[in-house]
Amino acid sequence: MTAVTAGDGTGAAGVARRAGRRGDRTPLRWGRVLTVARTDLRQLAQARDFWLPMTFLGALFYAIVPAVLLTTIGRIGSVEVIARVSSALEMLPEAARTQIRGDSAAGQTGYALAVFLFAPMAVIVPLTISTAVGAATLVGERERGTGEFLAHSPAAAREIYLGKLIASLVPGYATVAVGFGVYSLIVNVTVGPEVGGWFFPTAQWWIMILWVLPPFLAICLSLVLRLSARVSSTAAAQQASGLVSLPLIGIAYSQATGVLMGAGWLPLWLGAGAWAVALVSLARGMRAVTRSRLLGVGPGL
Amino acid sequence: MLLDRVNRSFGDRPAVADLTFGAPAGAITAMLGPNGAGKTTALRLITGALDPDGGTVRVFGLDPGRPADGEAVRARCGVVTAKPSLYDRLSGLDNLRYAAELYGLGRGADVDHRLRAAAAQFGIDEALSQAVGGYSTGMKTRLALARAVAHDPELLLLDEPTSGLDPESAAAVLDLVRAMTRSGRTVLLCTHLLAEADGLADEVVVLERGTAVATGAPAALAAGFWPHPQVRIQAERPTDLDRLATWPGVVGYRREQEQAVVDLDDAARVADLIMGLSRDGVRLVAVEPHRPTLEDLYFAIQASRRAVPPVPHLPADGPAPYTPPAPAPAAAVPADRPVEVGR
Repeated sequence: MTAVTAGDGTGAAGVARRAGRRGDRTPLRWGRVLTVARTDLRQLAQARDFWLPMTFLGALFYAIVPAVLLTTIGRIGSVEVIARVSSALEMLPEAARTQIRGDSAAGQTGYALAVFLFAPMAVIVPLTISTAVGAATLVGERERGTGEFLAHSPAAAREIYLGKLIASLVPGYATVAVGFGVYSLIVNVTVGPEVGGWFFPTAQWWIMILWVLPPFLAICLSLVLRLSARVSSTAAAQQASGLVSLPLIGIAYSQATGVLMGAGWLPLWLGAGAWAVALVSLARGMRAVTRSRLLGVGPGL
Repeated sequence: MLLDRVNRSFGDRPAVADLTFGAPAGAITAMLGPNGAGKTTALRLITGALDPDGGTVRVFGLDPGRPADGEAVRARCGVVTAKPSLYDRLSGLDNLRYAAELYGLGRGADVDHRLRAAAAQFGIDEALSQAVGGYSTGMKTRLALARAVAHDPELLLLDEPTSGLDPESAAAVLDLVRAMTRSGRTVLLCTHLLAEADGLADEVVVLERGTAVATGAPAALAAGFWPHPQVRIQAERPTDLDRLATWPGVVGYRREQEQAVVDLDDAARVADLIMGLSRDGVRLVAVEPHRPTLEDLYFAIQASRRAVPPVPHLPADGPAPYTPPAPAPAAAVPADRPVEVGR
C-alpha cells in the first residue's frame, strides 16, 4: 500500500519513495531492449538527412584522406617532404619505431602514417556519429510526443535506456567496421608493395578496434544519453553533448595512440581501465531515464 | 481501478489533489473537466507512468507505481494519448508492430494479421504501408486507437480520443468504445466535450483543479440536482400557465419568459396537466419533459460549487456520489451543440 505523503512530486517525499523503489527490480527483457533498438535504427535508416553527411564523414576519414595521402607519398618518391616526415619518425617511442617496416623512406613513412598517425580517425568518426544519434534519442522522443507512448508501455525504463544505447552505438561501430575494412584495403594496396606485402591490420589495431574503442564509445554514450534525458530540446542536447564528447574524443585519441605505439600489456591495461569506467558510467546513466522524463515532466524539464 | 486521495504536484503546482474515484469493471467512466483540470495526470498515474506523491492507486488490484506491478498493469492497459504519439518516419504497420512487440505479442504473420484486423476496425488498414508522417490528423488518431486495442487490453484509457476527428469518425470511435465495454472491458474516457460523454458514460467523474468534485452515475447525480420530474410548457399566453402553481402534484413552479418550468411529484402527472390546461381553454404551444443532459449536470455542478464553499474531502472509504447542497437550475445552454468546457 502506498504511503499517504502529500507533497511536491519533486520534493523529498516523492524522491524518497522513488528511490525506495529502485531496489525493486524486474527481470531485464532483452527482447524489448532489442525491439527499442531495432525501431530506432529503422527510423535512422529513414533519415537520409542524417546518414548522408555521416557517410561522407566516414568516407572522408577512412577512405578519401588516407587514399590521397598514402598514394601521394608512394608516387612522389624520396623528396624533401618525405625526408622531413621520416626524420619526424625519429620522435616516435622506441616500441613504435621498432615496428616500422619497409626499406625505403617512402615505405617507412607510408607505414608509419597508416599504422600510427591515422589512429584518431578510428576514434573521431564513431564517437561523432554515436554522439549525434544519442543526443537526439531521448529528448527526441519527448519532442515528438512519442515518449508518452513509451512511458505508458510495459517496457521498463532501463530496457528503454539500453535499447537507446544500442541504437546509438550501432551506427558508430558499424561505421568503424566498414571504415576499418575499407581503410585496411587502401593501406595494403598503397603501402603494402613498399613494405613487402599486406601488413594491415596490425595486432595493436585489432586491440584498439575490439578492446579499446567500444568502452570509449560506451562512456561517451552514457554521458550523452544522460544529457538527452535531462535537457528540454534536441538543440540543447546536441550542444551539451558536443561539450562532453570533445574532451572524450581527445582522451580516446591519446589512448588510441598509446595503444598503437605501446607494446606488451599496455594496450590491454588501457582497454581494461576504459571498460571499468564504462561499466560504472553505464550503470549511473541507466538511472537517468525515467518515465516522468519521457513524459517531459521530470525535474528541470 | 481506484484512486484514493492521490496527490501529484509539479514543482509548486498541484496537478491532482486528494483525487478519489474509481472506475467500475466493464463500464465506461467519463472523466470530465476543463483543460488543466488534471485528467491527463490522473491517467498517467493509473498506468504508473507517473508516481503519486501520496495516496493509493490500484489497478487490477496492483500498485502501478511498483516496477513489477507497473509492468503488469501497463501490459493490460491500452492508452490513447491526447497527441497520437506515433513515429512519423515509420509506416503505420511498423508503428503497430513496435507496440505489438513491446506489449508482448511478438512478431510474425499471425501478429501482422491481428494488427491489420485492429486497423480495419478503425478504417485505417488501407494506409498501413504509408509513412505516418503523411497521415492526416484523423488518420493518426485512428492508428493510435488501433494500436491501443491491438493487444486486447482489459482497461482502455482514452485521453480526448476524438480530438481532430471528423464527426463521422468520432461517432465511429464512440461506437467502438461502446462495443468494447459490451465485451467486458473497462473504459476510462477523458474529455472536455460533454456531448461526447453524454449517453456513453455509465459513470462520470467531474474534475476541477485536480480534485473530483462529483462522481457517480449520471442519473444519480442528476437526481441530486433535479429530484422531481420536470416539464417545460409554452402557451400562446404564458400568463395562462401560472394557474399550475397551485395544482395537485405540482411541487415547484416558475415562469421563465415564454415558458413555465414545472416540477412534479410524479412524471405521470404530465398528462393530467395537459388535459387540465386544455379543459381551461389554454392554447398550448409546446410541452417538453426535461431530461437533464450531462451538459446540464456539469453546469449545475459548477454552479453549485460557485454558490457554496468547496467540499473539503470525499469519504475516505472510497468514491461516493457527490450530494449537492441544494437544487440548482440547469444552465441555459442549447442542447444540440457540444460544449467545450473551459474554452
